[in-house]
Amino acid sequence: MNYSWLAKMAWRDSRKNRNRLFLFMSSIILGIAALVAINSFGNNMQSEIEGEAKGLLGADLEVESNEPFSEDILQFFDSLGAEQSREVNFASMVLFPESGGTRLVQVRALEGRFPYYGSIETEPAGAGQSFREEQQAIVDRTLLLQFNATPGDSIKVGEVTFGIRAAVTKVPGQANITSSVAPPVFIPMRYLEESGLLQKGSRLEHVLYLKFEDGTDLATLFEETIEPRLEEAELRYDTVEERKEEIGDTYEDLTGFLNLVAFVALLLGCIGVASSVHIYVREKLVSVAILRCLGGKGLQGLSIYLIQITAIGFIGSVLGATLGAVVQYFLPQLFAGFLPVEVSVEISWPAILQGILTGVLISVLFALLPLLSIRRVSPLSALRRSYENKERDPLRYLIFGGIILFVALFAWLQLEEIDEALVFTGGIVLAFLILAGIAQLMIWLVRRYFPAGWSYIWRQSLSNLYRPNNQTLVLVITIGLGTALISTLFFVQGLLLQKIELTDSEGQPNMVVFDIQTEQVEEVAALTKEFGLPLIQEVPVVTMRLHGINGRSAEAIKDDTTSDIRNWVLRREYRVTYRDSLISSEEIVEGKWRGRVDSPQDSIFISLERDLAEDMKVGLGDKVTFNVQGAIMDTYVGSIREVDWERVQTNFLVLFPAGVLEQAPKFHVLITRVDSAATSARYQQALVNKFPNASVIDLKLILKTVDEIVGKVSFVIRFMAFFSIITGIVVLIGSVIISKYQRIQESVLLRTLGASRNQILQINALEYFFLGSLASLTGVLMAVTGSWALAEFYFDTPFSPPVWPVLISYLAITALTMLVGLSNSRSVLNRPPLEILRNEA
Amino acid sequence: MSDILEVKGLSKIYRSGERSLTVLDHINFKVQAGETCSIIGPSGSGKTTLLGLCAGLDRSSSGSVILNGQSLEQLNEDERAEVRNQHVGFIFQSFNLMPTLTALENVMVPLELRGEKDAAKRAMTLLEKVGLADRRNHYPTQLSGGEQQRVSIARAFSNRPKILFADEPTGNLDQETGAHIEELIFELNREGGTTLVLVTHDQELAEKTGRILQIKGGKLVYDSLTDTAIQTR
Repeated sequence: MNYSWLAKMAWRDSRKNRNRLFLFMSSIILGIAALVAINSFGNNMQSEIEGEAKGLLGADLEVESNEPFSEDILQFFDSLGAEQSREVNFASMVLFPESGGTRLVQVRALEGRFPYYGSIETEPAGAGQSFREEQQAIVDRTLLLQFNATPGDSIKVGEVTFGIRAAVTKVPGQANITSSVAPPVFIPMRYLEESGLLQKGSRLEHVLYLKFEDGTDLATLFEETIEPRLEEAELRYDTVEERKEEIGDTYEDLTGFLNLVAFVALLLGCIGVASSVHIYVREKLVSVAILRCLGGKGLQGLSIYLIQITAIGFIGSVLGATLGAVVQYFLPQLFAGFLPVEVSVEISWPAILQGILTGVLISVLFALLPLLSIRRVSPLSALRRSYENKERDPLRYLIFGGIILFVALFAWLQLEEIDEALVFTGGIVLAFLILAGIAQLMIWLVRRYFPAGWSYIWRQSLSNLYRPNNQTLVLVITIGLGTALISTLFFVQGLLLQKIELTDSEGQPNMVVFDIQTEQVEEVAALTKEFGLPLIQEVPVVTMRLHGINGRSAEAIKDDTTSDIRNWVLRREYRVTYRDSLISSEEIVEGKWRGRVDSPQDSIFISLERDLAEDMKVGLGDKVTFNVQGAIMDTYVGSIREVDWERVQTNFLVLFPAGVLEQAPKFHVLITRVDSAATSARYQQALVNKFPNASVIDLKLILKTVDEIVGKVSFVIRFMAFFSIITGIVVLIGSVIISKYQRIQESVLLRTLGASRNQILQINALEYFFLGSLASLTGVLMAVTGSWALAEFYFDTPFSPPVWPVLISYLAITALTMLVGLSNSRSVLNRPPLEILRNEA
Repeated sequence: MSDILEVKGLSKIYRSGERSLTVLDHINFKVQAGETCSIIGPSGSGKTTLLGLCAGLDRSSSGSVILNGQSLEQLNEDERAEVRNQHVGFIFQSFNLMPTLTALENVMVPLELRGEKDAAKRAMTLLEKVGLADRRNHYPTQLSGGEQQRVSIARAFSNRPKILFADEPTGNLDQETGAHIEELIFELNREGGTTLVLVTHDQELAEKTGRILQIKGGKLVYDSLTDTAIQTR
């Protein structure tokens, strides 16, 4: 084939249609922009994580344990010449004496020079190390803001009052958002004993940070010496490499997900391309037929237009990539609070290259669907205009296959899981099919039940929905999917919050006081009553570990590689309660509940939660042995329960009957309900003052935190979904302009026949009203169905679609469609018919 | 002289579901190289279909067309396109210029399809011959009907065709312009020694050709060469 001639023809042919070709291009710009922005951002973050790897952990190695480290281990690390820092952290209440405010925080008692890499950043700066020299604490900035406290004020942790040295703005390896759940308060380790909080026993986490001398071959040392020793001591640990991978994976998942959202916008744009090219090709059929008459081959005709589309796809992708590189600059603000590292914005060439390649490939694939028909244009069409080759080209199916394969491959690249990629691809195909199906159904319904009795203007605008070359299908898909995406996000956010709010409804408990010592139980109860608050539940909690199952020790099971008993079951610390009856959130599904053991000789029949029993591979009658703080105790599975974990009350995996654990060391949990914020504050203050070891979980605070996090997450996702909506609108503008050529003939004819400007305006307005309504209704309908399914099957909560958001989405999208449609058909209305015919012919 | 076109037992039947419509029914004739011949007949008689089949634009239902010694039935679509590009010129009733190309570029297309190097020069010569050299950079929409048809004639002769097919070449033009176009076609035809097959229902134009074939209801009913009505089955 003569390629230079083909290129020349593509160029010549494009001269008179360049504006329209640029329209196709505009459909993909936003999708590519979103893709490139997210990818660039992801790449920058990965390289940042790579560069700051050691700063993410703050040390070469981190070792964790629920118990204090044994002398053996400490000496072992001494012998390796490692510098050590220690930390003990736990959840506890703090009190701000100046304001009287109290809150549950994460107390981190530090000793040593940790962090060795990176730093705890503070305001004023430099306090990350120096606070350890005096009786001072550094406190999460948001927490300070919340209680209106500033450096120089004081904070009471347990029995000790510290001066607040500075506000903490950044902790190595931690995203700011994690601190809204449990804001960190750092104190020097040497005041820990004095605080009286060490009695929290097993609820403390001990951490050892190690730094080895520069030049140490860490990989070898770790693999040959350290790892075996830590495994033997059953200690958890994290190396720089592991931490880097964990954080990297998390954010790769995040950017992968957002990439798919961006990809959806691109796909929508491509549907726009396919539909525009479809109309474009129809207009080119005669030219192609002439070319064939003159001896041009089928492939030559196809190639001319393929070259045009590829070039346009390329230019569109380059423009999109450029826009994406700009959008990228706003992403760090968008993700503020989510990132463990500060991401500097740089041009990421791999992301740009990938974006351009994706854009060209996918737009060409989609454009090929309508382009294929060029191959089979009969030269006879030049002689007879009405001649149409009606055969379906089998190559179409190959192209469809190609598109689906491309989508699946792209998803796989982003998600790195073939199953998830297939689900994504299937979901996209299904959504497209549903939207296309609804559009076709509507078209069919309009034709079938056409309101013949309506006035001409209504009939004309309705029939425009199914006229030849109509854009109904493509607009319903693009605008509908965009609307569906945004509305679903909105509904799901509402669902999540509604679910939490439900638990806060009238009479339900909303405050949990835990870590109460046995001797404090009565006093705490009395204090609660003093405030006029109900004692909804008071529950003793005993901690224990699993010792064995059916006579085999937990150790042996752990070492047995053939055992399918899940590891978490063997390793975890069980918090267990005992009582003689069941509570409302529990239901026996197997066996029988025996509430009391009367004599020490009797067998103990416990009740297990269903999932635990499954993972433990035990059934009724099996023997489960526990180590209750030193005492070995055999029990038998007497019943299996289903537990509703979602209510604010104490629920347990393992439930003992009364009469067994009464004498074991334990702590207590008290559940109550506080209605006013003021009472809640005073109650917590009194509690913390009197019982510094007790902690309070306030549902209102959790509600606020979840709202904040969900709000932030959904803002990010909505930002991405916005690209889809805008793409839908660009496609709308494109198809309105393209179909304008067709409408002009018709409008001019109408005007020639005596239609007034107003009548034509009404026909157009009504047509776009129908189109917009159809698209947005379909989208909202999909969102409502999807959200209902999520509510019913996933969140297990009743769902009633919010009326106002549904109405607003519908009205806004419909109005927008009408606006775009009408503003583009203005030229038809404002000029004399003959002038238009001359200009547009 | 040798035959450039031979039509043997040519039929075209369109089928739509159970119904079938016979548009051409066992047509037989030969055209010698250099001959000028017109196909006449009333609207819907099958003239244009016959022209399309002779030029290999469509496939027959039965029978064969041998163009320049090659049986078109045995060629695929692209091979027939090749034959057209090498040996055939076309003039259409509605001019059929490519709207996105200038006059000059339109004339160049057949030459460029053959990969000829001096396409622009040859095209320019032809435009001069049809008197449109100064309009070479105009697009079809900027030309009058007569001018468009002159460009189309220049294009038809650009590849030095052995046979020229013309479908109602003056059908869309007024009488005066039509007369000029006719002159131009015959003049260029004589110059190049090209065979001319034209479809028309203009009796005057038909009589300017050396031979008249008349079609009626899909059947060839008269051939002026033998000057007799043709016996059909």
